[in-house]
Amino acid sequence: MKFTRKQRRLSMILAGLAVLAVAAGLSLYALSDAIVFFFTPAEAIARNLGPEVRFRLGGLVAEGSVKRNGAAVQFTVTDTEKSIQVAYTGQLPDLFREGQGVVAEGSLTRDGIFKADTVLAKHDETYMPKEVADALKKKGVWQGRGAQKP
Amino acid sequence: MIAELAHFLLILSFATALFQFAVPLIGAQSGDADLMRAAVPAAFAQFLQIALAFGLLVWLYLVSDFSVVNVAANSHSQKPLLYKITGVWGNHEGSMLLWVLVLSLFGALVARFGTNLPLTLKARVLSIQALIGACFLLFILLVSNPFLRIPNPPVEGNGLNPVLQDPALAIHPPFLYSGYVGLSVAFSFACAALIEGRVDAAWARWVRPWTLAAWMFLTSGIALGSWWAYYELGWGGFWFWDPVENASLMPWLAATALLHSAIVVEKRDALKVWTVLLSILAFSLSLIGTFLVRSGVLTSVHAFAIDPARGIFILIILCALIGGSLVLYAWRAPALKPGGVFSAMSREGALVVNNLLLACCTATVFIGTLYPLVLEAVTGQKISVGAPFYHLTFVPMIVPLLLLLPVGPMLSWKRADVRGAIERLWAAALIAAIAIVLLTALNRRGPWLAPFGIALGLWLMAGSIAELIERTGFAKLSLAASVSRMRRSPRSSLGMSAAHLGLGLMIVGIVAVTSWRQEVILSMQPDDRAAIAGYTVRFAGEVPRTGPNYTAESGRFTVDANGLEVATLVSERRLFQPGGQTTTEAGIKPFLSGDLYIVMGDALPAGGRVVRIYFNPLVSLIWLGAAVMFAGGALSLSDRRFRIGVPLRRPAAAASPAE
Repeated sequence: MKFTRKQRRLSMILAGLAVLAVAAGLSLYALSDAIVFFFTPAEAIARNLGPEVRFRLGGLVAEGSVKRNGAAVQFTVTDTEKSIQVAYTGQLPDLFREGQGVVAEGSLTRDGIFKADTVLAKHDETYMPKEVADALKKKGVWQGRGAQKP
Repeated sequence: MIAELAHFLLILSFATALFQFAVPLIGAQSGDADLMRAAVPAAFAQFLQIALAFGLLVWLYLVSDFSVVNVAANSHSQKPLLYKITGVWGNHEGSMLLWVLVLSLFGALVARFGTNLPLTLKARVLSIQALIGACFLLFILLVSNPFLRIPNPPVEGNGLNPVLQDPALAIHPPFLYSGYVGLSVAFSFACAALIEGRVDAAWARWVRPWTLAAWMFLTSGIALGSWWAYYELGWGGFWFWDPVENASLMPWLAATALLHSAIVVEKRDALKVWTVLLSILAFSLSLIGTFLVRSGVLTSVHAFAIDPARGIFILIILCALIGGSLVLYAWRAPALKPGGVFSAMSREGALVVNNLLLACCTATVFIGTLYPLVLEAVTGQKISVGAPFYHLTFVPMIVPLLLLLPVGPMLSWKRADVRGAIERLWAAALIAAIAIVLLTALNRRGPWLAPFGIALGLWLMAGSIAELIERTGFAKLSLAASVSRMRRSPRSSLGMSAAHLGLGLMIVGIVAVTSWRQEVILSMQPDDRAAIAGYTVRFAGEVPRTGPNYTAESGRFTVDANGLEVATLVSERRLFQPGGQTTTEAGIKPFLSGDLYIVMGDALPAGGRVVRIYFNPLVSLIWLGAAVMFAGGALSLSDRRFRIGVPLRRPAAAASPAE
């Protein structure tokens, strides 16, 4: 196989385009399939999500709602408008506290309890996941940095 | 006074950078050698000024001068010495100062060791380097000044986020920054080459060691970060596909592609236009990474800045540098003469495939990282793109690359005997096949693909060893002859074998831990036992302990295997005094087969603790692999070819005194 310069360039470009097309196809497929949406309790309830939808639930841990039973934990996530009960088994993040922001990933069961398999510990120095902070700012109950100071 | 002096030094360095940008460039355009020579002392001066300013900031931290905003906000007089120093770059302002310090260091290194560079090229490279420096110095001086004072200084500082008080994380930013910023040298070389309209083998030979150095730093920086996440965040994971991690992975992938394409330019004078573009893209991805992490667009332990003015400023710098260099590329790249012709089945062809796949891998990470940001900006809809996305996109792109990897080095330049190359890999293929059969027979809990993943890693390792054997004639010649061949073979090719071997180790580690990790979560009273992976873990109880700036509840666990006590692990919950933040320290015991990883969780109302126990098989191989890759890079960098004058542009090639 002896390629001329033109043929070589053409074949390289074609091969490149082919691989790129595969990459783009995979990305599009994955974006439709493998991404997870973020909702506050009010948004999640309004959307009437079924158990097949995985999503991230974010809000504040309601005061006095945390109940432990061995490694199993139940708590309520609220956005001050609506609340959803969350069931989780495992280790809570170091900064999980009542009245603080939290993001849980999982899905709703038929009886309206959010079964979480991850409770996120990733947050900034103000201990508030960004999504929660934004959602709270939108609702006007934000008290962290950047809030209106008296 | 010290803060003001440092502030003044920074302003001075900004002026020096402007001088270093303008004067040598004008000299190079007008052919004035004196103006061009001014670049070298200017580069040294700029580095010295920034280094002094940085040293003074460290001093302010050491003496806990809380009249400086930055120190008051991020330090504490009771903090251990190490973290007083590392606290300097544990915040936005200090980390940006470290960024320009490393940038000016690389400029000074080019000025010092680039003694064999043609005068015009060197002047232009240092000029571009200074332009980048000037942009970021301006940023620091205008919106991110670490030397501002407070009118009423507090008695005590705020302290550093305890999660960041860790030795691995203390050195992670300098390594990562050296990697990010090291790519600026390739960028400057690319821009200088575009201005000159000339890219040749000599150019590639000058670019390669800098890219290699940057790649080594990136490799170690990413590995340190992932190691820290593994033992500090208490999740037992090593990679989360977090946007901040992706921000460092993208330049790494691009730098890896650049390393390989620069070889083609050096050896065969082909792929020049692409290599120049890749040099620009690699540093652009570093800048995008800096922007993403430092602008507050993403929120994580890494994101310090919340101030939108900073984000916009970095965005402007980003657009100017990336846009400017791409315009320069579009304008000047057609002037570069196309190079040598090669068959698709050749070493060059293999390296083209390598670049194509690496570029696509980078693209998938890029899409996954930026798509949520774009979507949120456009529709307000919040999504998270996590591991499932990358398993569907990144993995199918990287697997063919890894499959083809051992074949590439077996091919000869220009036109290769593919069948011969594959025949020489029969032993490696056999090892991989045996691994698939054996592991599939033994594999009970993991996914059916896991044995193939392990086989892929073994194929890489065996393939690079086969290449080494081939090169040294180990199988054919006497031991002495092959050892002497090995000593004579260039260190860069030994380095390549080592780096590929390291990658294989890393793949084995990653596949093993993702497929066969075991996890137990339970509540334990003192003296309770739990079984995992053939070990029995006993909770021996907890004791209070006081550290330098925290108090801890320290849980002890003893581990038995076959009735014999083999280890004692300690996992702690630490409460840090300033701030009242708690952290969890995992107890980790590395065994040959994997790590036992214990996290003591919350206290239960009825007494006892929630305990999480992992067994992470072969997880150490991930970081061992990274270390071997780093060593391979270092071996390659020590190749004397890189230090000797390239005869192509200079008639007399003398050994450079660059030592």
